[in-house]
Amino acid sequence: MPLLKTRKNNLPEQNSHIEANLANSKIYVKDLCKVYHTAKGDIVAMKDININILENEFVSIVGPSGCGKSTLLRMIAGLDKATSGQIVINDRHIIGPGADRGMVFQSYTLFPWMTVSENIKFGLKLRKVPPREQEEIAERYLKVIRLEKFKNSYPKELSGGMKQRVAIARALANSPEVLLMDEPFSALDPQTRADMQLLIRQIWQMEKPTIVFVTHDIEEAIFLSNKIYVLTSSPGTVKKEVPVLLPYERELSLKDTEKFIQYRKEVNALIEHKSL
Amino acid sequence: MIHIKIRKKLDKKKYTLMAVISFLIILSAWYIASASGAIGEIFLPKPQNVIRYYIRAFSDGSLWENSKISIYRITLGFIYAVILGVPVGILTGTFKKIEAVVRPLCEFIRYMPVPAFLPLIMVWIGIGENAKVTVIFIGTFFQLVLMVADDAMSVPDDLINASYTLGTNTREAIFKIIIPAMMPRLMDTLRMMIGWAWTYLVSAELVAADTGLGYTILKSQRFLKTDAIFAGIILIGLLGLITDRLFALVNKKLFHWAEGG
Repeated sequence: MPLLKTRKNNLPEQNSHIEANLANSKIYVKDLCKVYHTAKGDIVAMKDININILENEFVSIVGPSGCGKSTLLRMIAGLDKATSGQIVINDRHIIGPGADRGMVFQSYTLFPWMTVSENIKFGLKLRKVPPREQEEIAERYLKVIRLEKFKNSYPKELSGGMKQRVAIARALANSPEVLLMDEPFSALDPQTRADMQLLIRQIWQMEKPTIVFVTHDIEEAIFLSNKIYVLTSSPGTVKKEVPVLLPYERELSLKDTEKFIQYRKEVNALIEHKSL
Repeated sequence: MIHIKIRKKLDKKKYTLMAVISFLIILSAWYIASASGAIGEIFLPKPQNVIRYYIRAFSDGSLWENSKISIYRITLGFIYAVILGVPVGILTGTFKKIEAVVRPLCEFIRYMPVPAFLPLIMVWIGIGENAKVTVIFIGTFFQLVLMVADDAMSVPDDLINASYTLGTNTREAIFKIIIPAMMPRLMDTLRMMIGWAWTYLVSAELVAADTGLGYTILKSQRFLKTDAIFAGIILIGLLGLITDRLFALVNKKLFHWAEGG
């Protein structure tokens, strides 16, 4: 499996001067490029992507399909490699995946042979956290995702929304420095999806994790975030950084307010709509 | 209007009933063909003669002895193939470099007919028990490696990626994710392989055997004792079926968590 190839580090590891001198910059992406070498020649998929995410921010990345938003997130996670450029997290260069960056995937990635509670404790067990502490942390996050009753259930007994809730709990229980979310709700039905948006916003308000959220749903991005990066495609690059100045306490009714609709129009206009 | 629906559900009772009927049809066709005298006794024995043979051979203990030694050979050959083949298969399905070495070789060897190895095995290993076990081993090992490799590769990338983001390294990803995740499929592969091991029994007992079910069949052929041949073939089929069902049962108990299980 190509994933298990020994990872060659092509990002500079030496202490090159890191220019993210902003006091509380959490994730700093500088001049990131991705080039695919194909038989027909090189394809520039991403070009000069610059992003700065602050501590405790909820940032969404939106853009048309093929703009590389998921690839960008996977690069931050260390699961994909950039051709050139830098990714810095808390003054460390990213060279591979690690527990400091938790991730929730679009596909269901719960470990099917473990119960809900065992799934949540997986990262803690790896780090040899004392069992009692593991239990306490699991209980706490089971409460956060409101699945206390399902702690001993296996993933196959859960609905899609419940699986994603456990995936969120599993990532957060590991207390990562950032939480990366790759279209985590796109496989869910609209009702569940709205519930999940509320839940993740509440979790953010409670715990203030730094979240990078990739989605193709503009409303979702506006509803959740403090800041949106809009990407364009071929080559993928940042078109605009849109700060979202909406009330801190957010209810689903927010989506009907004039201000929200204005944001939606603004972001929509930024995304190129290719004619079919 | 669609009258014949694809994958239409069938309840368990009807399924079993139809399975039983299919066996009964074959049996009665056999009975009619042999009883009517349309086909000579040498070509097609009467079912009652086969049953009589079973009674005789079981009561004098010979069939039981022959079954025991055959089961022993198959089990041993299969266990060796599993002990060696499963780890090699997992590594093949996990690392591309190992795959590049192992897969083409196995693909090549698995097309070689096992009986053709018999003269070589006799030269290399001799004609003892080991030779028979080796035949079973060769017959299953290469196929097993390839199938286990596919089982390992079937573990979704994102399951492994998720474990990386929770802090696993390569070794932990293999032992804590790939291996447990592939277990239900692996056990299914083993179930199929032990079935195949049974099919190599006759080849294995071509090697200077004087015991075993395969040997019984070969010996009976020399004396044109078709009832004994039938009895042997059917018994091998039954024993194969029983092992298969046992594996299936254990899988269901052990891997209750598997999706669709």
